[in-house]
Amino acid sequence: MLELQNVSFSVTDQDGKKKEIIKDLSLKIDDKKFVVITGPNGSGKSTLAKLIAGIEKVTSGKIIYNGQDITDMTIDERARLGISFAFQQPVRFKGIKVKDLLKLAAGEQYMKGACDYLGEVGLCARDYLNRDVDGSLSGGELKRIEIATIIARNTPFSIFDEPEAGIDLWSFKNLIKVFEKMHKEQENSIMIISHQERILNIADEIIVIAGGKMKARGKKDEILPELLEGTKCRFYQED
Amino acid sequence: MDEIQKTLLEEVAGLHEIPAGAYNIRANGALSSRNTTEHIDIVTKEDKPGIDIIIKPGTKKESVHIPVLISQTGLEDLVYNDFYIGEDCDVLIVAGCGIHNGGNRTSKHDGIHTFHIGKNAKVKYVEKHYGSGEGTGENIMNPQTIVYMEEGSYMEMETTQIKGIDSPDRVTKAKLADDARIVITEKIMTHGKQYAKTEFEVDMDGKNSSTNVISRSVAKDQSSQLFVSKINGNNKCAGHTECDAIIMDDAHISAVPEITANHLDAELIHEAAIGKIAGEQLIKLMTLGLTEKEAEEQIVNGFLK
Repeated sequence: MLELQNVSFSVTDQDGKKKEIIKDLSLKIDDKKFVVITGPNGSGKSTLAKLIAGIEKVTSGKIIYNGQDITDMTIDERARLGISFAFQQPVRFKGIKVKDLLKLAAGEQYMKGACDYLGEVGLCARDYLNRDVDGSLSGGELKRIEIATIIARNTPFSIFDEPEAGIDLWSFKNLIKVFEKMHKEQENSIMIISHQERILNIADEIIVIAGGKMKARGKKDEILPELLEGTKCRFYQED
Repeated sequence: MDEIQKTLLEEVAGLHEIPAGAYNIRANGALSSRNTTEHIDIVTKEDKPGIDIIIKPGTKKESVHIPVLISQTGLEDLVYNDFYIGEDCDVLIVAGCGIHNGGNRTSKHDGIHTFHIGKNAKVKYVEKHYGSGEGTGENIMNPQTIVYMEEGSYMEMETTQIKGIDSPDRVTKAKLADDARIVITEKIMTHGKQYAKTEFEVDMDGKNSSTNVISRSVAKDQSSQLFVSKINGNNKCAGHTECDAIIMDDAHISAVPEITANHLDAELIHEAAIGKIAGEQLIKLMTLGLTEKEAEEQIVNGFLK
């Protein structure tokens, strides 16, 4: 179980002004839940994901994972405890191959599933394992490889930061299948930051974040209809 | 050959045992062993230290290994190796120098290699430099490579210097006739207080000649590197040079590309980039469970692979 206790995060802008991105946010995510976090651009969704992964550190508040306070832990310590993070903009490397990345992700399990990890995201292992994870791959390919590294890790808690961003329609259809499969298997907790109706549609629960606060939380059937009404959505109204 | 020399041989030539094909192993300034084949002859020079390697025209799929091993502290060695590669050959040449310095005196190896590559011949030339040893003496190498390429010839040159070499001053020069092409790939990692200077100069004299000079380097600690790449387009030709470097700690790196067009149809490009390891690369690998240090090693090793 992951729990955020009164988490705040602020940055100081160029003029020296303090800006609060996440405001006193508390929430709990139970094991084996499929949760989608949504909300307008700039609402703090991605920041929230990065705070959980340790890429950003909270200004105040606590993050508890399986009863352990991980607030002051580094990114890699959290990763080794079982938290995975898929980047919105996958990172490019010079000289690191797809298979290197998958090996690092899967560890000793690698030999068992090299083909499966890529197959799951609609890529043929034979064509991709020896490719460099660099600019020679398209945005969509990089995105799918990024997701494959999370599948390869197979950790109890995975965060996907806008997995639909930057991929083509065909890839998106496959992506939905990947998430549907993960949801069906219900082995691990999945937290997806997304605006996509089709992703929202497979969530156990939807959390709406706006202005750095949690505006709503509930079952898909309660939240989704109102979200789909667009600009009238009461969750998106600022205080 | 003792254990230290065997280790050096493995590092510089990737060899566990005596290689197949032609070879000449020089250990501590003297000939250790040699083998010639029907098509490849190796002859000791009479006027100065060194050897002539003569490869008969039309020799294909054969290799020559000429490693130099130094395990005696304070040894200073200078050799001239001349390669005569006949027309239409397709051969692999592996050279390299390994120094193990267990003492406090400077060990030094200067190798001057001259290649005469015949018409339409194809050569892959691999050169590795490696230094080890617990002694305080420096391991110095100053390799020089001069290449004369005849019409339609092709050379691929790979040089690697990963560890333990102090102040190398490397010079590589090539002169290309019509349709000749040379591709040079250099990989360097310096650490401690090391200094490495590499200088490339390619004269594209022939019509439709071309070159690509690629350097990838990592400078750690207080080490410094200077990369100079001069490409002269003296005819209708195409030249490209690129330096890509990772700077770490308190290191210094300079890249000085110099391209000169002396002909209207010379097309020359240079690219140089120096920067630290991208923070997001470290973060990505850390989200896979690697510590910051492990992530850094992974990125550097991949970069120099």
